[in-house]
Amino acid sequence: MVEKQYTISASEGLHARPTSLLVGSLAPFSSDITLIYNDKSVNMKSILGVMSLGVASGATITVKAEGADENEAIAKIDEVMKSEGLAG
Amino acid sequence: MEQRITGIAASGGIAIAKAFRLEHPDLETEQVTVADAEAESARLDRAIADARGELETIRKHASEQLSQSEAEIFSAHLLVLDDPELIGPIKEKIRSKQVNAEHALKQTADGFVALFESMDNEYMKERAADVRDVTKRILAHLLGVTLQSPAMIREQTIIIAEDLTPSDTVQLNPEYIQGFVTDIGGRTSHSAILARTLEIPAVVGSRSAMAQVENGVTVIVDGTAGEVIISPSDATLKAYQEKRRLYAEEQAQLTRLVHEPTRSKDGHQVELAGNIGSPSDVAKILENGGEGIGLFRTEFLYMGRDQFPTEDEQYEAYKSVLEQMKGRPTIVRTLDIGGDKELPYLNLPEEANPFLGIRAIRLCLQEEDMFRVQLRALLRASVHGHLKIMFPMIATLDEFRRAKAVFLDEKEKLEQSGVPVSDRIELGMMVEIPSAALMADQFAKEVDFFSIGTNDLIQYTMAADRMNEQLSYLYQPFSPAVLRLIKMVIDAAHREGKHAGMCGEMAGDEAAIPVLLGMGLDEFSMSASSILKARAKIAGLSKSEMEAKIDHILSLSSGEEVRSYVEQSL
Repeated sequence: MVEKQYTISASEGLHARPTSLLVGSLAPFSSDITLIYNDKSVNMKSILGVMSLGVASGATITVKAEGADENEAIAKIDEVMKSEGLAG
Repeated sequence: MEQRITGIAASGGIAIAKAFRLEHPDLETEQVTVADAEAESARLDRAIADARGELETIRKHASEQLSQSEAEIFSAHLLVLDDPELIGPIKEKIRSKQVNAEHALKQTADGFVALFESMDNEYMKERAADVRDVTKRILAHLLGVTLQSPAMIREQTIIIAEDLTPSDTVQLNPEYIQGFVTDIGGRTSHSAILARTLEIPAVVGSRSAMAQVENGVTVIVDGTAGEVIISPSDATLKAYQEKRRLYAEEQAQLTRLVHEPTRSKDGHQVELAGNIGSPSDVAKILENGGEGIGLFRTEFLYMGRDQFPTEDEQYEAYKSVLEQMKGRPTIVRTLDIGGDKELPYLNLPEEANPFLGIRAIRLCLQEEDMFRVQLRALLRASVHGHLKIMFPMIATLDEFRRAKAVFLDEKEKLEQSGVPVSDRIELGMMVEIPSAALMADQFAKEVDFFSIGTNDLIQYTMAADRMNEQLSYLYQPFSPAVLRLIKMVIDAAHREGKHAGMCGEMAGDEAAIPVLLGMGLDEFSMSASSILKARAKIAGLSKSEMEAKIDHILSLSSGEEVRSYVEQSL
């Protein structure tokens, strides 16, 4: 299992357009990917799940990936977080 | 017989056309037990695939006809179609309970709708509409009914609907859709925002349009007044055709003023600027011919989050505004929090009189570290444009000096560490407390400019809460007491060769503009939608004529007298 923390710097938090791209980019991965915020965890491949958390700007989130391609999944998340300006 | 309904004015202008009821088909579902859960699940998959095909077409249409951001709504809808947390539970219900796909879908989706609607964030509440929109589309395919599509309309119509889904609104073609009326929704709902972008007159939240308007009857939509007239009489129809003509003429005239300077009949030039709350508001100001930013409220950076914005985040926001303004004067107001605006993470103690308490510059001088972060971000951004900084709620010279000292200290530190900083940053203050207006002559020697904040200046001068409707007789911009203070501030600035601006609502008030022009105000800052009207107004006024009337105006004894004198003398 791989685990990583991010601090969301996008001023609109994790609920605008970039979130769709983030969630959409995870579909090809077979690993289970979980996003944890405020003691709640959701399936990160679910747009409704991720949006339902209402992650605000400045919040720290934890992402966990578990499965055959867990490292690649986290690398993808890193890439999208950076390219979409969601987290530094 | 003519009937009238009043709703919320969502998008200005007048539309007259035949009504087209956009009815969403009955998608009522019943719970049915199915024998073959496997086959039912496959039926769901087919409906999803069909819905996906449709959504892809709509997304393509949106990106070609509208903007990328409109198209992105449908990218999100497509993700919802594939959402494992939506589709998974539906299939699970079909399998374990042997129920039909319609019922399983409805039950699961309703859970998400309720979840989003219960959130206290406007943006998240709107997401409930997205879930409904997507669910409806799948449901229609399951039931084999066709959803009415506004894109198919090929004659001039006014759409009457209970609500317009995001996928309805992006299909509105302004060539045919003259206007729309919905029963629900508010000024910030998706359909209202899009109507303004497309410049289609619209009234939302009418509550009873669907109940009262039949297909094919003539309807007038007055999107400026928020009124809908059903089956108008000949006289009403004529009156509104004339109104529509005037509106179009006025719009065309205003558009011609976008790139014109702001000049009175007798050649006196002033600056018309815009008030903004975030970098994304700049475009609207420029489209409407704003010559500068007279007030950038920086609170948005601090609100709706759970910790302070970092220096870099703030720097990016200020830089973005300055770059978009391309060297035009840009006044940024430092944090104005407290009073009615709270920050949960700041843990401010509750005060008995928050409007007379620790807010704005008082708070910034108390929480100096927080203030320094903002000033550093501003200083770093200053090289990207023409930055002017102003401090809110200054009551005494000492406060201004202290704020300025912190600013100079941060400036020096940055320069010493080799960070480039503009050397032409101007430092000014808001004049919104009577004590500052009364001492304006002394302030004028130390500040680079004044910006009069009339909303607070009136409230503090009259000791009347502007939110209290029973005190609205006291909250009068035309009160001679307020006007005398404004005049003192402008005169004091001019004696020291400084600039006096105004960024309260009064600056964009067409009735107040003649008086302000006559008193010699240099810069008027207002919301984007008021700029062109103000420019047209000023073009029709003579500064010297108004100036000659000021002494008399200031000798009048009530706001009513001032108002009627100004109206009569124009």
